[in-house]
Amino acid sequence: MTDTTEIVPVVSTGRFAGLREFWHYFSQSRGAVLGLVVFILLILVALFAPWIAPHDPTEQYKQFFLAPPAWDPGGNPQFLLGTDPVGRDILSRLIHGARFSLLIGAMVVVLSVVGGIVLGLVAGYFRGWVDVVIMRVMDLILAFPPLLLALVLVTVLGPGLVNAMLAIALTLQPYFARLVRGSVMAERNREYVTSARLAGAGHFRLMLVTILPNCLAPIIVQATLSFSDAILNAAALGFLGLGAQPPTPEWGTMLANAREFIQRAPWVVTFPGLCILVTVLAINLIGDGLRDALDPKLKRS
Amino acid sequence: MLRYILNKLALIVPTLIGITICAFGFVRLLPGDPILALAGEHGVTPERYEQLKVQFGFDRPIWEQYGHYIWDALHGDFGVSISTHRPVVTEFLALFPATVELSLCAIIFAILLGIPAGIFAATRRGTVVDQGLMGTALVGYSMPIFWWGLLLIIFFSGYLHWTPVSGRIDVQYFFKPVTGFMLIDSLLSGQKGAFHSVVMHLILPTIVLGTIPLAVIARQTRSAMLEVMGEDYVRTARAKGLKARRVIGLHALRNALIPVVTTIGLQVGVLLAGAILTESIFAWPGIGKWMVDSIYKRDYVVVQAGLLLIALIVMGVNLLVDVLYAVVNPRIRVQ
Repeated sequence: MTDTTEIVPVVSTGRFAGLREFWHYFSQSRGAVLGLVVFILLILVALFAPWIAPHDPTEQYKQFFLAPPAWDPGGNPQFLLGTDPVGRDILSRLIHGARFSLLIGAMVVVLSVVGGIVLGLVAGYFRGWVDVVIMRVMDLILAFPPLLLALVLVTVLGPGLVNAMLAIALTLQPYFARLVRGSVMAERNREYVTSARLAGAGHFRLMLVTILPNCLAPIIVQATLSFSDAILNAAALGFLGLGAQPPTPEWGTMLANAREFIQRAPWVVTFPGLCILVTVLAINLIGDGLRDALDPKLKRS
Repeated sequence: MLRYILNKLALIVPTLIGITICAFGFVRLLPGDPILALAGEHGVTPERYEQLKVQFGFDRPIWEQYGHYIWDALHGDFGVSISTHRPVVTEFLALFPATVELSLCAIIFAILLGIPAGIFAATRRGTVVDQGLMGTALVGYSMPIFWWGLLLIIFFSGYLHWTPVSGRIDVQYFFKPVTGFMLIDSLLSGQKGAFHSVVMHLILPTIVLGTIPLAVIARQTRSAMLEVMGEDYVRTARAKGLKARRVIGLHALRNALIPVVTTIGLQVGVLLAGAILTESIFAWPGIGKWMVDSIYKRDYVVVQAGLLLIALIVMGVNLLVDVLYAVVNPRIRVQ
């Protein structure tokens, strides 16, 4: 769905030429633009959660527990999407939950990107035994299924949102290290790098200022995919009771005890999962669009 | 070819050692006292503590402990479960077939639907069909499968009453495991209705576990087909006047399948991670549920062994995929 009609090459000049060209390719895909719109809406919901949410997310309305959604005959217009087993407003919890999911995604991506860039740059730039050691450790992390590794790490660190984020960041970071290392190795013997070196640039300047900006495109695409991965895995940890702890209104955690209510109160189960799906889908749509827009190899196809 | 395999094996050795160090170190990194964690006891007397210390070998230097750990593991001794007091290996071997059976069904489901969907989308590139299929695939790829499982249970078990909610077979059937695969064992038992019960229990977990691999395979097949269909030999085949179906089926598909096979192989890690969630939802008695339950029960002997064994399985399968890939694609071998 990302490749639509023929692509007209654009030649634009001026200060924002690069950005405008990028937007031209990105907006070719309707899905990507839709994903971006949904994502921006989610950010707004997360930012203004306390003002949008009709109720406090942890307030328990004891007389209204397991109230069905408002459109149901037994529903209460006060609780638009119904209430959970202890009488908390599900809509308010979902709105506040957007904060956690976006925070998790952003934190995990920052941690894993920074870690991956540092390790990848060092490995690809210096080569030799440093490279061997770093890449073998990355292989080791990749040998474990990510969710299993995150589970075990959380067992060691203790359950909780912060530890879950650290664990997930560690499982995602090798992809960045590999990517950066590969790009650095492709770039480091190019002429512009040699000339910068001859001009007297030090190791740090060469790595960070000269080489790194030219490896950014694949990193951005991978970061988008990791963002959605992080949200999914954090929700899975929450679902298993090892991520964010109750009463935190994290979407996965909201599903943790939902199993007992699937017959009696399906709305308790339906909405949190739907939020996870929509968020992850929006980010993946953006990711697909970014890949098509940034990857020159795929641009024609 | 042999040289390629040996090369791959040599690369694996450091990872292999790393995995054992991780599993060995896991217990020693646990919060609290590792000796008490391993024994599953607390509030013990100093004498008992000394006894446990010797029993688990914590009185010896760390490298000797590691050596012992490796020696035991090589002899198939992964300790005794704290909660069931049975050897971990025995438990693993009893539960592993359940996970393999489910994973095989899931991957077969994913292949049978994913490859045709990918081909279909590629041959109708840019149409509504293509966009619809790929949109669906992206939804599948973005699916929180633990929620997907619950939804399917609500609809097919709760509302339609078509499928059972959990387990591998109805309780009224009982037979001794022969192969460990219920599909085969139920047929061997000769009990009426047993096979049908097994199939009904398998349907929902198969769909849930197969969803993400299905989406990945469909997307990969489509892009591989599109790439191959632009190649000269496909154009030549077309120009020779061959029928579209023959060109796609014979010339394009054969070459497009090479990267798809690799993708399928790489799904093993995805399947094992997915098994943790799927088995938890459907109370499926496999190693995924075993691992999660053991974490809840603080049965760290089991977690340690499971970590090691699962990593070894993933690595073994990945090696097999690499070798198979080299067999079908000679260009890889010379690199």
